[in-house]
Amino acid sequence: MALLTVTDLRTYFHTRGGVIRAVDGVSFQVDRGETLGIVGESGSGKSVTCYSVMGLIPQPPGRIESGTAFFDNIDLLHCTPKEARSVRGKRVAMIFQDPMTSLNPYLRISEQLIEPLLIHEKVSRKAALVRAQGMLEAVGIHDAARRLTGYPHEFSGGMRQRVMIAMALITRPELLIADEPTTALDVTVQAQILDLIRQMQKEIGMAVIFITHDLAVVSGLCDRVQVMYAGRILESADTRTLYYGPRHPYTRALQRSIPAIQPKGAELHTIPGLPPDMSKPIPGCPFAPRCEFAVPRCATEPIRLADVAPGHAQACLRVQAGEI
Amino acid sequence: MAEPILELKEVKTYFPVYRGFVRRRQVGAVKAVDGVSLALGRGEVLGLVGESGCGKSTLARTIMQLVPATSGAVILNGRNLANDSSRELLASRRDLQMVFQDPYASLNPRLNVFTTLAEPLRVHRTCPVGEINARVAHLMRIVGLAPSLVQKYPHEFSGGQRQRIAIARALALEPKVLIADEPVSALDVSIQAQILNLLSDLVRRMNLSLIFIAHDLSVVKHISDRVAVMYLGKIVELGGAAAVIDQPVHPYTRALVSAIPKPDPDAERARQRIMLPGDPPSPIDPPSGCAFHPRCPYAAERCAKIVPPLEAFRGREVACIRAAEIT
Repeated sequence: MALLTVTDLRTYFHTRGGVIRAVDGVSFQVDRGETLGIVGESGSGKSVTCYSVMGLIPQPPGRIESGTAFFDNIDLLHCTPKEARSVRGKRVAMIFQDPMTSLNPYLRISEQLIEPLLIHEKVSRKAALVRAQGMLEAVGIHDAARRLTGYPHEFSGGMRQRVMIAMALITRPELLIADEPTTALDVTVQAQILDLIRQMQKEIGMAVIFITHDLAVVSGLCDRVQVMYAGRILESADTRTLYYGPRHPYTRALQRSIPAIQPKGAELHTIPGLPPDMSKPIPGCPFAPRCEFAVPRCATEPIRLADVAPGHAQACLRVQAGEI
Repeated sequence: MAEPILELKEVKTYFPVYRGFVRRRQVGAVKAVDGVSLALGRGEVLGLVGESGCGKSTLARTIMQLVPATSGAVILNGRNLANDSSRELLASRRDLQMVFQDPYASLNPRLNVFTTLAEPLRVHRTCPVGEINARVAHLMRIVGLAPSLVQKYPHEFSGGQRQRIAIARALALEPKVLIADEPVSALDVSIQAQILNLLSDLVRRMNLSLIFIAHDLSVVKHISDRVAVMYLGKIVELGGAAAVIDQPVHPYTRALVSAIPKPDPDAERARQRIMLPGDPPSPIDPPSGCAFHPRCPYAAERCAKIVPPLEAFRGREVACIRAAEIT
């Protein structure tokens, strides 16, 4: 059975400039122990999807218009605040892109690390500190006993991300949501952090939702990948299928624009135009104006995810009709 | 190389570190750029890579004379810029322009595109006043924007379009050398490809020489003729782009290349990674000898004593005394 089942999630932001449909009808599942990658460009709604599930959308201006998100029989979108708190930070944890802004600069690392334990588990401060030290060692921070009393500014960027991971995993969550955790880091440090996430996942057996814009990072880490664009999922498949046999024109175009897989010096494939204006309703396929295969009905007919093969769903009308 | 358009000779840029409030004294220096020598040929694209803090941006700013070099020479077209008076420097800048990483920060939000693009033309008086309109329209077309957009302000454009405006501004004076400091890092993949294509195209069409700074090796390999890898203020490997990135010699370059994830699940599973322990050390107090030796998997005792010179090795230059032993 799936650990997290999100159905028809719609999160809109009601701003002075109009209603921004940041997430517009997203459904997906995450199984226990599975790693799901959510890939998309800025503004595609990949972060808002996860923030909605975690209850981190500022309301107003945000509003969850419809949908359910069942985590083990609890609907995180409609449960009482008390129920949500019993899940959030304990069974579902989250790490963010910028570890400097998500750690409190005024508190020692030790205080921040034991906070989830003191809230969610009946443990003494002393026992919590012992576990905090063990956790710091587990994420590869040397001299953990001494570093525990340090403040965030005494840590480098990579070290801070390790502290964040320690903080998220100290309650041994069943699901970790990682929102671009390595985007702000250098490649050699990124490699360390990805390795750490992989290793901790093996140890704790948690499921991971990994949000990123980088198709390369996802390829080695995730079991399944879904591609988002303008608030919708356009394609979802296991990693190998998505990389070696993408069907949706957007996924294919995105893949072709990565310099790493182009012959050197060749003109890079580009996607013409810009992502759509999200403040206007999009009746058809949001990618249609930029799509090389678009026909008039793409702009008017609503799209929906449908299986092209078992476990491989995509939302292009023309692929579904067998035209491409 | 025939004659280089730009030459750096032993450039060092140090930032003093002070301590004390009442009795303020210099206690050391951040050696951001520590003895870099380079030559850039006409029409050449040189990629400059390294992790944050390695000094690549400081090197760019030193070349632009935005920060003074502590020692060494920056020679553009045979003239040492460090000796230039401010009037002469203004003239030199005509040939030397820069594009910055963040197009949200590098464009003045209160100037419309026309004013932004016309400003260099007015300051340098390279264009008769009556022709400024036509010249600005031409610049817009060069970077792939409609000339009708010139009355708009930066906030009305997307990130990719803003970067195009920043490039147009840099090209306004028809420079010979363009320095692009992480010009695509802030952009999405599909937009990144547009800007990379634009830059390669401009280099070809305008016979520009380009120094392309980035931390993304696949982007650098794609656009560059030669690549220089920096670590802690020094160049550790310099050579043809394909040679350096596909067959790296210096242990640091090897680790850097092996750390890049590949957009291909099978290759990704097979990828042999060299994990570097720890973070780069502080440039205030760099390690003795080879600055990389504390993190280097091949380090020998003598690596801590000898500062390795950049020497020719297998068709490139490498700063590693064990280069021959470890390949």
